Amino acid sequence: MPVMAVVSILHRISGVAMVLLIPLLVYLFDLSLRNPQGFQTVLAVLNSTPVRLLEVLLVWMLAHHFFAGVRFLVLDMDWGVEKAVARKSAWLVHGAAVVTTLLIAGALL
Amino acid sequence: MSWRGANGLRPWLMQRLSAVYMAGFLLFALGSLAGASSVSFEAWRDWVGQPLVNAAMALFVVALLTHAWVGTRDVLMDYVKPMALRFPLLLLFALIFLISLFWSLRVLFSVAAA
Repeated sequence: MPVMAVVSILHRISGVAMVLLIPLLVYLFDLSLRNPQGFQTVLAVLNSTPVRLLEVLLVWMLAHHFFAGVRFLVLDMDWGVEKAVARKSAWLVHGAAVVTTLLIAGALL
Repeated sequence: MSWRGANGLRPWLMQRLSAVYMAGFLLFALGSLAGASSVSFEAWRDWVGQPLVNAAMALFVVALLTHAWVGTRDVLMDYVKPMALRFPLLLLFALIFLISLFWSLRVLFSVAAA
């Protein structure tokens, strides 16, 4: 599969996965703002080891979706549409997503 | 060509406008929270309760759910061809997004008013 197609399909997969997380995130947001106990509960959940691994996955999905989205916006403006450039920018999206994930995971873990 | 009649243009544009706003808000939130001096309920509630942050978050929720709706709609139209299945799924997601919208706005409002 060409690298540009991988960017497109990952953009979709990460988008759908994050959509499915919305109700859970709204619930955690509500709980975190209700009272100090709720806030501590949310912190405890977010700091547990299995959840932390999922958070790294979520950060990667968000970072990939973000950079792939920026790339699509740039392509919309007819910039970098030549095949060689589009292939390079697709690799750049994968790389930027991994680097961002490592940086944020490093700060979180 | 009328605005509404421009087939697919309005969702296409909404997807991009919401994306640009969310990108800006995420960078702002990341920068603002990275400089936080303490992790506590009070600090978190005060941050979310600041009028500017509160309003920016409310707009973020609207942008996120608009973006989620257009994206979900695109995916369902591409991969779920039978109408008997596609329509209930669209309805289900519309309901989930609407509940999420009013739920988060209520939370934001309660903190702003506190």
